[in-house]
Amino acid sequence: MYGGMGKPSILTLAVLLGPALIVFTALVIVPVFEAAVFSLYKWNGLGPMVEFRGLANYSQFIRDAIVHKALWHNLIIAVVSLAIQLPLAMALALIVSDRRFKGAMFFRTFFFLPYVLSEVITGVLWQFIYHPQYGLVRAIWAILAPAAHAPALMGNTSTVLWAILVVIVWKYFGFHMTIYIAGLQDIPQEQIEAATIDGASGWQVFRSVTLPGMRTSIQLSVFFSIIGSFQLFDVVWAMGKGDPVNAGETIVTYMYKIGLQRFNIGYGGTIAVCIFLICLVFNLFYQKALVREET
Amino acid sequence: MSSRIKLAILSFALAAMLLPTSAWASPTKVVEWWHIGTAANDKAMNQGFADAYMKLHPDVQINITVLENEAFKSKLTTVMQSGSPPDVFQTWGGGVLAEYGAAGLCRDISKEVKGTAWGNSMASGVWATYTSNGHIYAVPNDAGCITFWYNKDLLAKVGYTSFPTDWDDFLTLVKKLKAAGITPIALAGNDKWPAMHMWSYLALRLGGASLFSDTVSGKNAKGFNDANWVKAGQMLMDLAALKPFQDGFLGATYNDEAALVGNGQAAMELMGQWAPNVQRDNSSSKAGIGDKLAAAPVPAIKGGKGKVTEVIGGGGGYALGKNASDAAVDFVKFLTNVENMITAAKTSGILATTKGADVGITDPNAKMVKALVDKCTFFQLYLDQAFPPAVGGAVNDAVQTILAGTATPAQACAAIQTAFANK
Repeated sequence: MYGGMGKPSILTLAVLLGPALIVFTALVIVPVFEAAVFSLYKWNGLGPMVEFRGLANYSQFIRDAIVHKALWHNLIIAVVSLAIQLPLAMALALIVSDRRFKGAMFFRTFFFLPYVLSEVITGVLWQFIYHPQYGLVRAIWAILAPAAHAPALMGNTSTVLWAILVVIVWKYFGFHMTIYIAGLQDIPQEQIEAATIDGASGWQVFRSVTLPGMRTSIQLSVFFSIIGSFQLFDVVWAMGKGDPVNAGETIVTYMYKIGLQRFNIGYGGTIAVCIFLICLVFNLFYQKALVREET
Repeated sequence: MSSRIKLAILSFALAAMLLPTSAWASPTKVVEWWHIGTAANDKAMNQGFADAYMKLHPDVQINITVLENEAFKSKLTTVMQSGSPPDVFQTWGGGVLAEYGAAGLCRDISKEVKGTAWGNSMASGVWATYTSNGHIYAVPNDAGCITFWYNKDLLAKVGYTSFPTDWDDFLTLVKKLKAAGITPIALAGNDKWPAMHMWSYLALRLGGASLFSDTVSGKNAKGFNDANWVKAGQMLMDLAALKPFQDGFLGATYNDEAALVGNGQAAMELMGQWAPNVQRDNSSSKAGIGDKLAAAPVPAIKGGKGKVTEVIGGGGGYALGKNASDAAVDFVKFLTNVENMITAAKTSGILATTKGADVGITDPNAKMVKALVDKCTFFQLYLDQAFPPAVGGAVNDAVQTILAGTATPAQACAAIQTAFANK
């Protein structure tokens, strides 16, 4: 496995792994454990922790109606990402990877642009687009349906989440498209040519050659989609802090509100630990499922 | 490498390290000052204050950090949690300052201000906002109150030459404006607190000062479940039923609200003493509506116990961090002397707290708000600031649920009471 070098010495391991391990421990492992400690207290973040609550914060988490709402939103975001964003990204990747397509390079860059924008800029930009008094949506509405009132998408509890979902798909499809383009480049052109010569239709080529060949890319993009959905914060925050009445709340925006705006670091820690566990459990199951599939 | 060369290098390094420290360690007392005056004139004014003080006291070095309001709040929270606050910093008093004080993160300056000439240079009422359990943690520089800010021209269009003094008449005005195609009230529903002020003022007009003081002290066993709080929620719902707010107000921020009034697109807003400045900043002309703007107290409610002389308001001040030196305290004393407060009133439009600084207030609306505060019979700090953030946040959330129709006024008040009881 290590060629002729044999097993690496302890010193080599220490030199090569040490720095990364120290940074990772200090910035990831330690805070996770710290949050786990906070989560057992009622604490405002100031002064010493004195009010031990045991698992009371966790039972509050389980019963908290806003937590249910936020997690439900996260789930919807994950499902929409998988059901709409990924097929869209795949379709576009296939189009812009086609060698006969002259403008491919332009469209690749163009579709990737939203992903380059920072999350906060994206949020502010879409806030303008949706603005009920000056926004683009209103301007378009005035042309198409001048008689009807333009919808205030961010001011109506039943439309907020969908308005945010449009932004999420808009922002991240380019990223997934790029993963797929890279995946498509790994598929040997000969396989596709051979299949075509054998008389396979375009769909059959996609179904039996392209899709299996892109398994790793798809696994990767599904993983990013789901984890990303549960960690979603910036865009939602910039577009209206998950409000009105938590209509666009995600679990991370709720954690921020509780921990940093309400000074409830204890309960905020509980939410953080639960997000961590959700992501960890998903990760373990996903990895396991992939390993099982491969063997 | 011989040990002699090593020694030479080490001594050189040591000397290099010590050189700048010894140069800086001259008898300088450093005062770290964080303020939020990001506007060019505020920045220059504050730098001027610091320079003037350093000229008078060459042994004091004042380091200024200017931060935008929201950035300031989050950065201050972080340094507070790490236990190292700046020496002098912006505060709005109330529950947040009380929490910092209770955690031992602020310097108690009761000794310096209680009964002293400095303390007596301000009206006694202004200190309460910055006092917690008998400790004073900050010196106020600005005290005002929430009033309606309205567009005289738009009101004149529907036959109102002055602002209604009775709530029923106010509702009539709203209906007339609405009928004339004018947005009666601009409201930042997403930012929550502007709507919260509307609800808390209705409660104050219904239940009067005793409703507030008895709820806060716990003397009123029902707390926020008291019928007056609930009825205020009902009256807010009744107002909302007239659709007086701009389209999509539940998604609007305070800047949106200020822009609507500043552009003359909405007839009024309920806001604090800073309203004219923010309207100007957010208007497309950057000039606001100028002298068309007027301020008026929240109307009285027939049969309500509250009087129009009872106000909800607040302001700002200079808080002192736990490590603040006597030099820092003295600098705050300098900032709040009458000459500097006159300058501040002229430059930033603050409603200066120091007696005699009123001469710096020239705007008639600002004078009117100042008079309302000076003559008030009851002063309540903004409800979301008066309590610790956990309760203040619950108050804001609850009012939003009433306006969005996701909770009844009774349910919303019960949610506030739950947060209040658990504080």
